[in-house]
Amino acid sequence: MAENQKQDQDRKMLRIRINDQDLTVPEGITILEAAHGIGVKIPTLCHLDLHDLQLHNKTASCRVCMVEVGDAIRNKLVPACVTKAYDGMVVRTDTLRAITARRMAVELLLSNHPNECFTCPKNLECELQALADELNVREIRWEGERMDYPKDLSSDAIVKDSNKCIYCRRCETACNVVQTCGILSGIGRGFDAFVGPFFNIPMVETSCTYCGQCVQVCPTAALTEAYHVDKVWEALNDPDKHVVVQTAPAIRVALGELFGMEPGTIVTGKMVTALKRMGFDAVFDTDFGADLTIMEEAAELIYRIKNNKTLPILTNCCPAWVKFIEHQFPELLHVPSTCKSPHIMFGTIAKTYYAEKKGLDPDNIVVVSVMPCIAKKAEAKRPELTKDENNNVDIVITTRELGAMVKEAGIEFDRLPDSEFDRPLGEATGASVIFGTAGGVIEAAVRTAYEWMTGETLENVEFEQLRGMEGVRKAAVRIGDQELKIGIASGLGNARVILEEIREGKADYHAIEIMACPGGCIGGGGQPYHHGNDEIIKKRREAIYQEDRRKKIRKSHENPEILELYRKYLGEPFGEKAHQLLHTHFEKRERI
Amino acid sequence: MEILLKDNVAKDGEYMTEPQAISVTAPAAEDLPKEKFDELEAFIDSMETTKGALIAILHKAQDIFGYLPRDVQLYIARKLGIPGAEVFGVVSFYSYFTTKPGGKHTLSVCMGTACFVRGADKVIERLKEKLNVESNETTEDGLFTLKDVRCIGACGLAPVVMVDDKVYGRVREEDVDDIIREYRSQEGQQ
Repeated sequence: MAENQKQDQDRKMLRIRINDQDLTVPEGITILEAAHGIGVKIPTLCHLDLHDLQLHNKTASCRVCMVEVGDAIRNKLVPACVTKAYDGMVVRTDTLRAITARRMAVELLLSNHPNECFTCPKNLECELQALADELNVREIRWEGERMDYPKDLSSDAIVKDSNKCIYCRRCETACNVVQTCGILSGIGRGFDAFVGPFFNIPMVETSCTYCGQCVQVCPTAALTEAYHVDKVWEALNDPDKHVVVQTAPAIRVALGELFGMEPGTIVTGKMVTALKRMGFDAVFDTDFGADLTIMEEAAELIYRIKNNKTLPILTNCCPAWVKFIEHQFPELLHVPSTCKSPHIMFGTIAKTYYAEKKGLDPDNIVVVSVMPCIAKKAEAKRPELTKDENNNVDIVITTRELGAMVKEAGIEFDRLPDSEFDRPLGEATGASVIFGTAGGVIEAAVRTAYEWMTGETLENVEFEQLRGMEGVRKAAVRIGDQELKIGIASGLGNARVILEEIREGKADYHAIEIMACPGGCIGGGGQPYHHGNDEIIKKRREAIYQEDRRKKIRKSHENPEILELYRKYLGEPFGEKAHQLLHTHFEKRERI
Repeated sequence: MEILLKDNVAKDGEYMTEPQAISVTAPAAEDLPKEKFDELEAFIDSMETTKGALIAILHKAQDIFGYLPRDVQLYIARKLGIPGAEVFGVVSFYSYFTTKPGGKHTLSVCMGTACFVRGADKVIERLKEKLNVESNETTEDGLFTLKDVRCIGACGLAPVVMVDDKVYGRVREEDVDDIIREYRSQEGQQ
């Protein structure tokens, strides 16, 4: 922000008037931005400006932000989101003409929009619905020609309902500009136009990574997650099943938002209570899986350094990122770590070690993962991760789906007391909590690698150089007499930058963390909708670091339950049994 | 310590996978022979830059193949290094481009303003009825493809129907039958 202000000083200043308020604004600013500064709200729909996530959608296609510019003699309607202020400009946002124009824009969008708000997955979360309310739309005077495309239910992750597409192109910007996946494009023209993939093939046939950033920014229900809540209820109601649930680190700092709590509220204890009341047989923590991942990943990093193997090592906790490299950089598949992702590791351990310990038949264990992520749904169905008789993870639901379940169960979330995760797979360290934010995995790995490589105790576990919201971050950490060069990328567009460096031989990193979603899992596609407010993601991030500071144990290799797991069951980290259970492989995939 | 360099990647043969190859050149169907792809490739390679040239390339491709099937679009996308969705977005936007093979003759009915006010809508309705197709569809016998097109610049002759390159002016609804018969009988003689 300070940087922006400095730039403002160098810019020419303009005097403009909005709704009789005189103001001075820097050159280059839009009417929308100027109005925001003086508390005049202009409604928007297609417009999206997420500075920290580098997402700027300025298609000006919806015409919902029309305002009047001019004087008593000549006035014209302009879209406020893209019209720049000029010296002497007089703007009115509240004239009958402007109000009518805005209302008509929404009315026209609704004239061919499916009329099914009651049963729509975005009911009460829909930005089009909210606008209709805000703009007082009370009738729809026209009946437009409706689209009649079948719902795309082909993938296990994303549901595409093109009939609800209002052509704002936000998803296209997220997919093509931010994530550089290029799956989505405007297709057709006129009433039949919608956003979809190449040749309108089913999503499962595309190289979609299922990161879900398109879902996160879609104002309507044209793009949503595959809904798996009912499968969880079925499992919970089956007396023969032992249903265990694990929650990812990013859930506890976002779930509260769905119950009206301030963004960044930590609700770990309430979440555990809610899950117990819903009838799960054991409530565990994906953070346990994260600690396990660090044991394996740090061991793999040290192995690669000591034995002159391929460097850098790339973290692969993020399934969308894994799919991205498989489709986009198939020639680099030997670079990522071979570790399974934390929730899949957890699933494996639940159906082996935990099953043995409890004397349960693995066939009767149902593992449910609560993830901030849509890609995890598809990951859990990957053949190599389901090849054993039992799926590692049976059902994946998002933070939003968990919220829906809590509401369905009639639990008043904000009034719940706190409880603790169950043992043994519920013990987790601060290192695993920070997995939820960009830079966290690599920081956790460094905490462990430092002590293993030097044999010394790491006093200050917080590595500030590995923290920040930038898309690409480069840092160095001194470990003994060695300097470890670290790269961190969040957002697949940023990942592409680093991967191209690697491909061209310009990268001299030892280890790189990549997360598909900008900001990491806290900004995941399965998190509560941020509705264009990136401050929410920053608050979740602060909460993650706060949760880490609250933990007594902050290094993965000091987790007593993890140490017992290795002692009694797995043997050595990166050893034979660990390999068999906790590691995986990748496949070259086509780019479409 | 081995830092990953380009050369090292090649040495690491056991892990090596080929860079994304253009796999669609294998002739999938009879009407998509390799020679046609070669011709398209030569055209693209002869361009100074492919930036902003997508529409010109699609025109050329449709000239060569007669239509723009999925494999041709994917080929162009990969050749230009742009997403397939982007190519399809352009193809699906312009009514000139077609993704289905056309009939032997293309019947284009001008729907420009002048033709429209002089009854082009009735002409095309009659054609649809007679040929039992919708716009941009091909008759079952593969003889005709019906198209509604934008102004073709022959407003003085409105309403205008073009059959391939031949222009029929001042077409009345009842003339439609004669035009169809003309081409059907040509077919019969051959």
